[in-house]
Amino acid sequence: MSEKFRADFYQNFIEDDRWKYIVNGLGNTIKITLFAVLLGIALGFLVAIIRSTFEKTGKLKLLNLLCRVYLTVIRGTPVLIQLLLIYFVVFGSVRIDKSLVAILAFGINSGAYVAEIFRSGIMSIDNGQFEAGRSLGFNYTQTMLYIIMPQAFKNVLPALGNEFIVLLKETSVAGYIAIQDLTKGADIIRSRTYSAFMPLMAAAVIYLVMVMIFTYFVQRLERRLRSSDH
Amino acid sequence: MKKQVIALLTAAMMVGAMAGCGAGGSDTTTAADTTAAETTTAGDTAAETDTEAEAEDGAETTAAIGGEGKVLVMATNAEFPPYEYHDGGDIVGIDVEVAEAIAGKLGMTLEVEDIAFDSIIPELESGKADIGVAGMTVNEDRLKNVDFTDPYTTASQVIIVKEDSEIAGPDDLKGKHIGVQLGTTGDIYASDYEADGSTIERYNKGFEAVQAMQQGKIDAVVIDQEPAKVFVSQNEGIKILDEALTVEEYAIAIKKGNTELLDQVNGALAELKESGELQAIIDKYISAE
Repeated sequence: MSEKFRADFYQNFIEDDRWKYIVNGLGNTIKITLFAVLLGIALGFLVAIIRSTFEKTGKLKLLNLLCRVYLTVIRGTPVLIQLLLIYFVVFGSVRIDKSLVAILAFGINSGAYVAEIFRSGIMSIDNGQFEAGRSLGFNYTQTMLYIIMPQAFKNVLPALGNEFIVLLKETSVAGYIAIQDLTKGADIIRSRTYSAFMPLMAAAVIYLVMVMIFTYFVQRLERRLRSSDH
Repeated sequence: MKKQVIALLTAAMMVGAMAGCGAGGSDTTTAADTTAAETTTAGDTAAETDTEAEAEDGAETTAAIGGEGKVLVMATNAEFPPYEYHDGGDIVGIDVEVAEAIAGKLGMTLEVEDIAFDSIIPELESGKADIGVAGMTVNEDRLKNVDFTDPYTTASQVIIVKEDSEIAGPDDLKGKHIGVQLGTTGDIYASDYEADGSTIERYNKGFEAVQAMQQGKIDAVVIDQEPAKVFVSQNEGIKILDEALTVEEYAIAIKKGNTELLDQVNGALAELKESGELQAIIDKYISAE
């Protein structure tokens, strides 16, 4: 049993330096996820502000409409199709860094979900807080920035953490445009050794560990933010 | 009280189930008996017919090719579509049909033996099998142990490029972006160029690699010859390079020194090539995707 395990391990990871597929893939997965998260936050923040401003004040009507179209289209179609569309249609005849394509696709996709998470946070803050800010002489932007946002952020942190976990795992479809991410790395090994267990398990364990580390930091952040509650 | 009720119910159900089993069981037995009886009769008849047929066959064969056995045993490893693979209970594929056609020419009946690929040559050496047909490439190592007939087909990994591409041959692939389909022979061979600074982009589907090349995202695609022909015929502005990346010739292995059988098989192969039967068999399995 252990003899076979060792032989399998050798064949799948050591022979021909196959572990490099996993390590390089992991690097790409982390790179794509990190930048897609940043893009998603920026986009989501912007959309959430526009949408809640419209709801609170009735301004920015046109922008609000645009944002609603964005949310409907992005949330209504599979991320894999968005990825393929961006790669084969939007950048139809250009040589482009594929990681950039993936970052754009996953970032734009994630932005739609983050926008609604942020908006739910903003709307969860009692209107009295808003009125209090205005009565203290803050203008709309200042009230948003100093009164509403800090409270809203604390409320949405668990949902936001959730979204990033989903995003990290969703990048596993990047292999469709021949990006060598963690999943594709495992697939390449699988196509060479014809064994499924080792490469897939390795990829699964690495995803799991990444999510666990991330969850740990989100929990610490939550605890710190909650310390001001008392 | 409640427990007792449950126990009672359970017991009742079990009795019922057992009764059901009993009845069903006796029925089955009867049925099985009848079938068995029938099968035996049928089997006997079949066996008789077989023997007769073989006897006749044997007589003819002996007359036709002088002293050669009446059964041609083919050793193969049926895990290599489209050359040989299991389809339902049968082993089918190009190699099997080619061997059948050869056996037909020699007036013999073909028997297919499915064994591990690396056992095929030992099987031939020990005389357990007559011919080894398993998409075998002729190479130096194998020639030390067995003789090969004339090749019956070639399998090439070709390079597809845009018509205005500067890539003219395999050597020009160095340092370029090469598209392949994940896990194919083309992928394995192209991966050797990674050491020369080439980037291998492994798509899930062959046509996606071709599409990416047409859009200028990659420089070349390495893929099997047959699908390559289809891609080039369906898309403007791309071509297959004359010089293939690799060319493998598949031939039939025969025990070393058995020149009599070797000559006969070569003769049969020549006839099949001449009549176009060989190409018809290949076309049947390798068609446009």
